[in-house]
Amino acid sequence: MTDATHNGAPRKRHGSLMQQDALTRRRNAAESRFKLYGIAAISFSLLTLAFMLVTIFSDGVSAFRQASITFPVTLDAAKLDPKGQTNRDDMMKVTTIGYTSLLNKALVDYLDQQGISTEGVSDKQIAEFISRDTPAQLRNQVIADPTMLGQTISFSGFSTGRIDGYFKGRVTRETAQVDTNISVAQLDLADRLREAGILSVAFNWRFLTNPDASDQRPEAAGLGIAIIGSAYMMLLVAVFVLPIGVAASIYLEEFAPKNFLTDIIEVNISILAAVPSIVYGILGLAIFINFAKVPQSSPLVGALVLTLMTLPTIIIATRAALRAVPPSVRDAALGIGASKMQMVFHHVLPLAAPGVLTGTILGLASALGETAPLLLIGMVAFVANYPAGPFDGGMLDPASALPVQVYSWASRSDPAFIERSNGAIIVLLAFLMVMNIIAIVLRRRFERRW
Amino acid sequence: MSIFILMLSLLVIGLAGFFLCRARALASVGGNARKLHSLPGYHGWHGAIMGVLPGLLVLTLWAIAQPLVIEQQLSGFFPAETMENDSQRILLMADVRRVAAGLDTAVATGSLSADEAISIRTEFGSIRDRLAGVGVALGAEVTPQVLQAAQKYRQLVATGALWRTVLTLIVAGGAFLYALSITTGEFRARNRVEKVMLGMLMLASTIAILTTVGIVFSMLSETLRFAKMYPIADFFFGLTWQPNFQGNSQLGLLPLLWGTLYISLISMIVAVPTGLFTAIYLAEYASPRARAIIKPLIEVIAGIPTVVFGLFALVTVGPLLRDWIAEPTGLGSSGSSVMTAGIVIGILNIPFISSLADDIINAVPQSMRDGSYGLGATKSETVRQVVIPAALPGIVGAVLLAASRAIGETMIVTMGAGAAARLGLNPFEAMTTITVKIVSQLTGDTEFNSPETLVAFALGMTLFVITLGLNIFALYIVRKYREQYE
Repeated sequence: MTDATHNGAPRKRHGSLMQQDALTRRRNAAESRFKLYGIAAISFSLLTLAFMLVTIFSDGVSAFRQASITFPVTLDAAKLDPKGQTNRDDMMKVTTIGYTSLLNKALVDYLDQQGISTEGVSDKQIAEFISRDTPAQLRNQVIADPTMLGQTISFSGFSTGRIDGYFKGRVTRETAQVDTNISVAQLDLADRLREAGILSVAFNWRFLTNPDASDQRPEAAGLGIAIIGSAYMMLLVAVFVLPIGVAASIYLEEFAPKNFLTDIIEVNISILAAVPSIVYGILGLAIFINFAKVPQSSPLVGALVLTLMTLPTIIIATRAALRAVPPSVRDAALGIGASKMQMVFHHVLPLAAPGVLTGTILGLASALGETAPLLLIGMVAFVANYPAGPFDGGMLDPASALPVQVYSWASRSDPAFIERSNGAIIVLLAFLMVMNIIAIVLRRRFERRW
Repeated sequence: MSIFILMLSLLVIGLAGFFLCRARALASVGGNARKLHSLPGYHGWHGAIMGVLPGLLVLTLWAIAQPLVIEQQLSGFFPAETMENDSQRILLMADVRRVAAGLDTAVATGSLSADEAISIRTEFGSIRDRLAGVGVALGAEVTPQVLQAAQKYRQLVATGALWRTVLTLIVAGGAFLYALSITTGEFRARNRVEKVMLGMLMLASTIAILTTVGIVFSMLSETLRFAKMYPIADFFFGLTWQPNFQGNSQLGLLPLLWGTLYISLISMIVAVPTGLFTAIYLAEYASPRARAIIKPLIEVIAGIPTVVFGLFALVTVGPLLRDWIAEPTGLGSSGSSVMTAGIVIGILNIPFISSLADDIINAVPQSMRDGSYGLGATKSETVRQVVIPAALPGIVGAVLLAASRAIGETMIVTMGAGAAARLGLNPFEAMTTITVKIVSQLTGDTEFNSPETLVAFALGMTLFVITLGLNIFALYIVRKYREQYE
């Protein structure tokens, strides 16, 4: 019946399959171009990611190493304890300035004694080698242990940020020429001191334990309070968000009747998941701080804000986990006489638990990295004292948080703080990686396919 | 009795309720649990709930009501006109509380006896100095009215605490006894326990609504206060942003809105093609093995905190653009610029677009592709002419969601875009956004009585409305134009 077609006009002559005509060539070229765009897009993203991580790590790893200076100091009792009665109150009257001059003189004398040439470097400039943090440190040591008075101890403290930066390559001879805070002669001296073993660069635990320090002392700034603050907040967020999130998801997934109210809740949750995080900061400021009078910059108020922020994410993840439990499990439980509540709590929830936990950990990870809302509730304030223990009201003491510390260091002028900021990111990313690995392991280990 | 001890005693009552009700239920059927209506545990839980919940309710209500009542009682000490003015009343009450707390500390440290704290008068010498002696710093000298109010306040709080304890314990004990009395073998304990549990589940799910109400309420009320202090038309249509804490500020939204939109536009120019091509390659071209490696790697970007991208913009991208593009072409000399922030936000949004688009492309049925291949189309022609049109509503939705994220992004623009409010077209100049100004107007200062701080709430409200609108529009498009293939 279709014979007719064979009788039509003779077919147009085609070239050989081996030889592509112009149209085919064009189409094939378009094809490979298209594929190339895809590869280019992926390479762009991955290369940027790699570039970012490499710059952060190369700039930040050095924050974990720190130059310190070691020299003998004679703790002159006449200067540090003028009344000579080792009375704590009297000793407190000697301020750090007294200790500063003591340390400075000790260093200058020691260099003389060791025969290290201090050519071109004044005594004042030698004193600049010692961090402004160290006199306070020595003072605390002496006040804590007055028997040290009159002895000669080998004192080890941080050197200033610029000397530290010289050993790490941040400060070079070229930059020193234009920098009023350091001279080339000082750098030469630093080289000689390092050869003599007076200056040394070593792993710096105090970066992880010290509190934040002022603009003048980048070398003493540490993450101690930020880590404690973040840990407190994560603890509280987990305590708040897990029960509330699971309860809300169970209700919406298993019990809620289809009515106007539950529809509103559903729409609400998807809206809340897309609200910019800074809006939660405004909410926290207006409701928790101004209305409910929760202390500003406290881990509690931070945790409340982060809880509200992560709640939608957790509810969405938990509902997906509950939905993944097959209806046959529910039917079987109801069939042998369990009540609906028993069915949910004895059967569905335990089966969904790995999914719920994975979702919660991922939600906590995103809360850990969140910065913007914390800026508004005062977490960016300078905090010099460690918060108390978690059960001694530490949740109400002012604290900082890791991502906020990254931000506040990045906004300071001394480039030494940029290094610290990158170092803080490394710590933050390490925590995030651990949380994500736990989530992946949980998922791999317990995930069930029905 | 302090609240902590009160809670602890509630807990003890609850524990007692659990064991006594359980034992009573078992005893009523001679230890044969099969004759009970509910499992023994449910009887126990019923007792525990009855022991704790009503008492807790009383405690909560009391905690809410007491400050209101006390404020009412204290209003007699001050002239009526100060009490009518909101901000003055709040300040006065804060003063009263601070003095009362100071007296408490003074009594606790022993520098004032309990009687002295009640009878002390301003005529006897400076209260401020005496309180400073025990480490309580007061801003100004205490007026006689404030001191009397503080003493009254202490007295009211003390009586309040007593009545609170008594009432809570009576209610808790009563409920507990009632639970014990109705516990018998036939008692339907399980039904009642499950009803309470259901109530709690419902309560948890309303927190989502409460959050939204809180957001809208907190921003709306402060925005209205702002509107009273500053002409709202000038806010929405003003062309200059020049806050001045001495007053006389110009708070025009348009420069900020322009900066926000400009930066978002650049970020979308970066993110949309990259994200889409990534998704297309992953869905259509990549082998399963390559996909299994590349997809998680791309998603790593989404897991990195935005402050990290902010630092990247500030330290790396900004100087890079400035030294290689802006300065050689003479377009600008600032590291923080629209371009810097836009590119970095774009990078942040790539995984967001790519993973959403990937899901959508995968949802296009294989039969459509097969039909296209059967007609002789190449793979790219199929993607362009069949797959993308079929997935378009979803992709548009994803792009809109990404745009709303770009508009609401804070850290990257705070660190990478600059702080100068400017209406201009040069992408290598620093501009600023709504989010940056919210942060800068609200950080540090929490006295909400000047238009310069309150404007942040109006900005927040604007931001909320814009992103909400975009999200709803995205949902609408997805719902309306979604093709159903089944």
